[in-house]
Amino acid sequence: MMVDPRRNGKDEGEPKPGDEADMSTRLERLGSRLGEIASGREQSAKAERRKASDASGLGQAFRLSAEFIAGVIAGGFLGWMLDSFVGSSPWGFIIGLLLGFGSGMLNMLRASGELNRKATSDKPPVPARRPEDDARE
Amino acid sequence: MESPVKQFEISEIIRFGMIGDSPVALTNSGLHMILIVAFITGGLMLATRGTLLVPNRWQSFAETIYEFVANMLREMTGKEGMRFFPFVFSLFLFVLVANLVGMIPTAFTVTSHLIITFSLAILVIGTVIVYGFVKHGFHFLGLFVPSGVPGWLVPFITVIEVISFFSRPISLSLRLFANMLAGHIALKVFAGFIVSLLSVGGIGYVLFPLPFLMTFALIAFEIFIAGLQAYVFTVLTCIYLNDALHPGH
Repeated sequence: MMVDPRRNGKDEGEPKPGDEADMSTRLERLGSRLGEIASGREQSAKAERRKASDASGLGQAFRLSAEFIAGVIAGGFLGWMLDSFVGSSPWGFIIGLLLGFGSGMLNMLRASGELNRKATSDKPPVPARRPEDDARE
Repeated sequence: MESPVKQFEISEIIRFGMIGDSPVALTNSGLHMILIVAFITGGLMLATRGTLLVPNRWQSFAETIYEFVANMLREMTGKEGMRFFPFVFSLFLFVLVANLVGMIPTAFTVTSHLIITFSLAILVIGTVIVYGFVKHGFHFLGLFVPSGVPGWLVPFITVIEVISFFSRPISLSLRLFANMLAGHIALKVFAGFIVSLLSVGGIGYVLFPLPFLMTFALIAFEIFIAGLQAYVFTVLTCIYLNDALHPGH
């Protein structure tokens, strides 16, 4: 971070540095300024991200439909496998399909929750955190 | 006009023999994969041949890709996720180059076949399952039991979570495959309109610029999609790997 010349000049005109209180107020001011700059950067980064996510509505549609279809297929397949091992045909397949429908919905909500979070949330993105968590909170 | 799905046909180039009823052969798909891997390996080796302190343009290009993937992985999985870097990097480059090679006219699009993308997705999920169990043992199963759910709902939610976990490789592969397939079919259909209109004559000569412009726009869009889908595939791989690294919360 470069030193701002305007800031510097103003500080010179203030009462002599040296005593604790003065130093601490200066430090505070510097901290708040740094915070402002950092938040400004975050804002611009967020705006950029929003633009990028808006650009691909088709991508979102593909993503959400893939999530849903995958849930149904996985549920049906697991139920069908259970059927062929236990011999409970066709109940495993039917219940598997229904549960798969539910998990497809869940997947889709998680995926769209993740997309919404990226676009609108005011929090900076937290690293090392699964988007799935947000659906659970 | 030939069918728009003819471009996805598998054809044999060299047949080595038979196993049971199945032929063992080098197909156009296999040849393209070999060429893609050779291109990636050769390109990166050439680019980093000198390892200059001040990189030339090829080296800095390779370094940009490296840092792009490394930053993505580090952000998603933390420091300990970097042990998967070679895997994620190869996966990203393979999908990216395969998608882009598909945009070259007459070239075969490897990622437009579900079995290819599904194999890649199974590789990812297999890594997650094996590493998760080796690292965390049965604690890894805690991934399927969400916290903060009323007691009587737990078995129900757990079953849904298990199905949701198994649907991951399917959605991962389905998304890449569907994007590639749909894009190439749309491109072929619009390009076919040009030929049809020109062969009609008369009003066809007036109308043919419309599908021509559409094809033009679609090619640019497809190149964008090729990059985007490779990125999405890699991001989701990182998210799933993060589950293997940090299953409990």
